[in-house]
Amino acid sequence: MITLRLAWRNLWRHRRRTWLTASAIAFATTLLVFMITLQLGAYDMMIDTCLRVFTGQMQVQRAGYHARPQMRATVPDAQALAARLRAASGLDGIAVRAQGFALASSASRSYGVPVIGVEPAFESRVSTLPRLIRQGRYLSGDQAQEAVLGAALARNLKLQVGDELTLLGSGKDGSIAATIVPVVGIFESGNPELDRHLVQLPLRTFQEVFSMGDDAHAIVVSGAGHETIPQTKAMVSAQLAPGSGLVVLDWEQLIPGLRQLIQADMVQNWITYIALIVIVTLSIMNTFLMSVLERTREFGIMLALGSSPRRIGAIVLLESVYLTLLGLGIGMLLGGGIAVYLHYTGFSFPGMEEIYAQFGLPGVIHPKLSFAGFTLGPAVIFVFTVLAALYPALRIRKLHPVEAMHAV
Amino acid sequence: MRSEWRAPLLLTLGWRNLWRHTRRTLMILFAFALGVWSMIVIAAITRGSMEQQLDKSILHLTGHVQVHMAAYRDDPVIEHRFVPPPALEVALAGEGVTARARRVRVPGVIASERESAGVTLVGIEPERERGLSFIPDAVTEGRYLDSAEDPGLLLGRKLAERLETGLGRRVVLMSQDVDNRVADRGFRVVGIFDTQPRQMEEAYVFIGRATAQQMLKLGNHITEVAVMTADRDRLDVPLARLRAAAPALDVQPWTVLEPLLVLTRKITDVILIIWYAIVFAAMSFGLINTQLMAVFERTREFGLFQSLGMRPAHILGQVLVESLILLVLALAAGNLLAAATVYALRDGIDLSAVAEGMELVGVAPVIYPAWSTGDMAAANLLVFVLGLAASLYPAWRAARHVPVEAITRV
Repeated sequence: MITLRLAWRNLWRHRRRTWLTASAIAFATTLLVFMITLQLGAYDMMIDTCLRVFTGQMQVQRAGYHARPQMRATVPDAQALAARLRAASGLDGIAVRAQGFALASSASRSYGVPVIGVEPAFESRVSTLPRLIRQGRYLSGDQAQEAVLGAALARNLKLQVGDELTLLGSGKDGSIAATIVPVVGIFESGNPELDRHLVQLPLRTFQEVFSMGDDAHAIVVSGAGHETIPQTKAMVSAQLAPGSGLVVLDWEQLIPGLRQLIQADMVQNWITYIALIVIVTLSIMNTFLMSVLERTREFGIMLALGSSPRRIGAIVLLESVYLTLLGLGIGMLLGGGIAVYLHYTGFSFPGMEEIYAQFGLPGVIHPKLSFAGFTLGPAVIFVFTVLAALYPALRIRKLHPVEAMHAV
Repeated sequence: MRSEWRAPLLLTLGWRNLWRHTRRTLMILFAFALGVWSMIVIAAITRGSMEQQLDKSILHLTGHVQVHMAAYRDDPVIEHRFVPPPALEVALAGEGVTARARRVRVPGVIASERESAGVTLVGIEPERERGLSFIPDAVTEGRYLDSAEDPGLLLGRKLAERLETGLGRRVVLMSQDVDNRVADRGFRVVGIFDTQPRQMEEAYVFIGRATAQQMLKLGNHITEVAVMTADRDRLDVPLARLRAAAPALDVQPWTVLEPLLVLTRKITDVILIIWYAIVFAAMSFGLINTQLMAVFERTREFGLFQSLGMRPAHILGQVLVESLILLVLALAAGNLLAAATVYALRDGIDLSAVAEGMELVGVAPVIYPAWSTGDMAAANLLVFVLGLAASLYPAWRAARHVPVEAITRV
């Protein structure tokens, strides 16, 4: 008990030095808490935006379709399978899609574009596109003769809501697929890939035009949060008949770059964090060392009076721990405060919006408030500083009482 | 007379004071050198990856300058075509232009027996594209185009896979001709190209310029001229000359064609400055603390100096010189270490393990650090000036003591 008191009092023998050192730790902690929560928030946003716009958390496809999206690699009787999946899983974020390619033409222009057949009733539960309609409305029903398309594509084709869109492509069996449908809506997702290329048709209409029968190419599944993805995937896999040739691909398989991007960013950031922590640690290691060296006489007297070197070492170590905790506390309060504030207001800097828009991301990051985000940085700092404090504490074991008392 | 020995004295004092606590000094030196090292190395890596991205984007059919019809950039279609005026040809042949090529670039559709895809059709002058774009060096299978009249077609590997076609097979290209009618023509795939990012392999197909003009009934019209100059950051003169030669056309530098690249560059600068500031702040805590302590333990000494007639200004100078020596040593060590690191990394940092992720943000899988004198000078200057400024406080504390009190203090 007295060890704790001694250590605490020793700390305040040099007020200024203690505060300076504590603020060095607080500075590093604030920065790390802020950066890590921001980083985690950015990852969540990237995954979420990426998946929610169009891809979904996972998709049921014919094996090999993802690598080579060919018309004939279909999911047979997809709507019935989707209905079975909905019934079995209780999830309603399950929608069927079919994809083809067509030359989309207006009166004056043509572009080659992918055409997607969707179930309008379910599509809005797996994708945000139906809600991103800027003009007109979304598709009304499975069999409606109508189309929606991206804003940039509409601009390039010089098409308005109400104009007619001609689609000319080839169907599943290689026959000519052609139709003329009115444009009922134009969406703008902010993702240039989608806005510039995509045309959506109701699923039944698509199947008819592209001679697909009841087949489709993917069943998109989106459950609750990321945490439930493995369970949902297992459940969906269990529903697929063995030997059907169908597979469930989760987002990491659908967009493999996303996970890698996050990993690369994580590694890069931790390198900078560690460099920062080492610099701070070396700075405060000096303080620890000096506070021991200047007390050589005092420690000599304590040893002569019968304190064990172990106990003095414990006092010194405790001083460092107090100091670190003080700094960590202040830093976590400050960093956490900033994170909480930005969680509600959002973080952005000039130019970020334009760069992020290129990848279809919103230009604002909301730091993620999570236990890991708040404690990861401080924990690493704590480990480093305690390691730094060990050296001076261990030196005490080498002291000889008489010599130490004579030290200046 | 007196000023002649004063500075060396301060220097000697500062130097000796520094080594009174060898371990302490070495530790702070190490911390500082590490800080400087991390500043410069991280700047080199960031700068390197950014410059590479920039070079790559410029090679990806952008060039340093492009000439179009006024409306083409907004709406890149065949309607916005032009015949390069003779004055422009003269200006293009003049000095300052290292490479130039005429192109026909319009949207189109490519179809194999099995699949079809939307692409941008680019008619090129094969020889002129050397040094101007990636395409002459990207053909990894088959051959590059021979001439502008070459009847062959170059296809990206990824697109070839998607279309289930390959070298020597036939594909059909479709696009709109000048009369707004669909023009189509069969081509034999004579070459397959690979490039990074792989989206490029799906986005473009290349044919001869004259072949494209014939297919689309363009006559001698084209849609763009791409120009390469000696230095992408000094475009004012060539731009002015080209604009004067073709007042009716839209002559734009890459900074206008690819505004995102300029923005990325600016943001890189800002991020580096922030990183510098953070590292410096972390270092300055150590510096102030160490110097403050060094000053406190010498309170008696300073009192003695003063009673012996040393002016406070010199005590201040003595402490500052001590910091100065420390900073110079740390900067030297940090710069040397950083130079060694950048040299060791000259073959690039291989990130191919996460290549697909890097591709999403347009970064190449191998990053070559770029040693930038500007970044290095900025880091050194910042540490040096702010480091001296930070040690003003301990120095001022040292000079402030009243001699008698200071001497009597234990």
